[in-house]
Amino acid sequence: MRTNKHGTADFFINVVLYAGLALFGAMTVYPFLNLFAISFNDPLDTIRGGIYLLPRIWSLDNYSIIFSNDRLLGAFLLSIARTIAGTVLGILCTAMFAYALSLKEFMLRKAFNSALVFTLYINGGLIPTYLLIKNLHLMNNFLVYLLPLLVNAFFIIIMRSYFETLPSGLTESAKIDGAGHFQTLFRILLPVSLPVLATITLFVAVTHWNSWFDNYLYASRSPHLSLLQYELMKILLSAMNQSVAQQAHIGESTVSAVTPQAIRAAMTIVVTVPILVVYPFLQNYFIQGMTVGAMKE
Amino acid sequence: MKTGVPPLPGKKPLRPIKPAGVFLRLMKQKELLLMTIPLMALVIVFNYMPLYGWIMAIQDYKVVKGISGSPFVGADKFVQLFQDDQFYLVLRNTLVMGFLNLISGFIGAIVLALALNEIRVKWFKRTVQTITYIPHFVSWVVIANIAHMVLSPDGGLLNVLLQKVGLLESPFYFMAKEQWFWPIHTFLSFWKEVGWSSIIYLAVLSGINPDLYEAADVDGAGRLRKIWHISIPGLMPTAIILLTLSVGWIIQSGYESQFLLGNPIVLDYSEVLDLYAMRYSFQIGDYSIGAAISIFKSFVSILMVLSINYLARRTGSGRLI
Repeated sequence: MRTNKHGTADFFINVVLYAGLALFGAMTVYPFLNLFAISFNDPLDTIRGGIYLLPRIWSLDNYSIIFSNDRLLGAFLLSIARTIAGTVLGILCTAMFAYALSLKEFMLRKAFNSALVFTLYINGGLIPTYLLIKNLHLMNNFLVYLLPLLVNAFFIIIMRSYFETLPSGLTESAKIDGAGHFQTLFRILLPVSLPVLATITLFVAVTHWNSWFDNYLYASRSPHLSLLQYELMKILLSAMNQSVAQQAHIGESTVSAVTPQAIRAAMTIVVTVPILVVYPFLQNYFIQGMTVGAMKE
Repeated sequence: MKTGVPPLPGKKPLRPIKPAGVFLRLMKQKELLLMTIPLMALVIVFNYMPLYGWIMAIQDYKVVKGISGSPFVGADKFVQLFQDDQFYLVLRNTLVMGFLNLISGFIGAIVLALALNEIRVKWFKRTVQTITYIPHFVSWVVIANIAHMVLSPDGGLLNVLLQKVGLLESPFYFMAKEQWFWPIHTFLSFWKEVGWSSIIYLAVLSGINPDLYEAADVDGAGRLRKIWHISIPGLMPTAIILLTLSVGWIIQSGYESQFLLGNPIVLDYSEVLDLYAMRYSFQIGDYSIGAAISIFKSFVSILMVLSINYLARRTGSGRLI
């Protein structure tokens, strides 16, 4: 039985809940909408400020500047190439490793499993890894973007856990029909593992698309290996140093250069939109994938 | 391991396994070996080889001589590290930011999950969820750009807002104030990850037996009492495990965010161990200090996990790892 007291209390709780969540949601999404508006606004008009949700003077100038700049266009294309290559290879490797580790009869299962889990807790650290990359002659080499990320223990564990939840009858009948492990994996297991496959694909793709530190550390001297995130980061840092310089010399008339705020907004949108377009469709999958992986650990 | 080939009729079982037997069985699994060994080689190269680089920490490492040629100096580099005042400043920053991230993220994710769990309007719940996941998928470069724009003294949203409300008279340089770096960094990390971290708690909440809530209804419990007596206790086991797992990460509070948000003015509050290691190695050329810092970090990290695990066992919360 609902008493009246609970009724009014409930009403207030609801008001607080909905208002609070709406506010937090707005706080999360607003910066992106604001950047979007600035990026489509006339760059000269932007300096006047006061652009919130919609562009004041519509213009594609910012985007045409970005895509007509050879360096930025090259970085954009390279980022796409890296993401595609890294994701395809990453998924292949994750699936094969996870499949083998999910088989009880695999002789090296225990050893490989422990070796893999260990990497979650211990790593050599920034400097030893840097020297390793240097000694392997991977500096200023496209492979430095791909090889170190090819095997990711966390993703393998998630996928392995998923494979283990599948009924064993699935693979046994294939084996009786004479299918090898490669066939079993690619023809039978992966097609029924769409949720986890979608999850890992998203994770790997996002990792590659968002990377900039490896670019900064290992390939900063090769302009042709520049990635979009790294170019954006360089623009950010120069803008920041400028405003810090301004702050340091308040009163003096220094640094008159206007920060290319509009270009920065447009680049941020270019970097962000591909992910925003993809992930809502995969949302149900990655929630499942996350939950399966985490529960089993 | 006693799995393997079942004995064929008319033949003796293949036990005990002789070396030749192991080899035969390995050959039978050659497809599986083909799938895994090249990948294991990558793990060894990229995850275990750097551990070999730890030797540098007890050497006076010179790039031209390499690890095999550099002279051993014992614990000198650690002594040097522990005598450096800057090291303690950087350690403080790392621990404080790690701790602030851990606590705010932990509480935030639980509160968000509890709030979302109370929402009955499906589309509203789903929209809020979809929105709060966004920042997790966006790089720190983008987040730093956003922060810089929102906090900018030159027409940044927060400054405009505070001036309109009358809380500020002139633009405030948020990013150039030392004491503001920790709060800003914590808030941004929270904002970036809280939606994502709440996924797991939401999953747990949806798994709680609905009978419990019905029984509480019958007993006349209100919303808050049900949250307090059913939802929160239901979350606790998962929350404690996740908290324990993340304690080891306090010292690994990252370096991307601090690198991108920091600037020379706030360096005393923004620099963390990894960035300090990087500066020492690349600017001063002392790679040994860099390696010593990596060892120190791993050591503290393991120590923290083990001691929390020990405490949890002693207090009867069960063995966690």
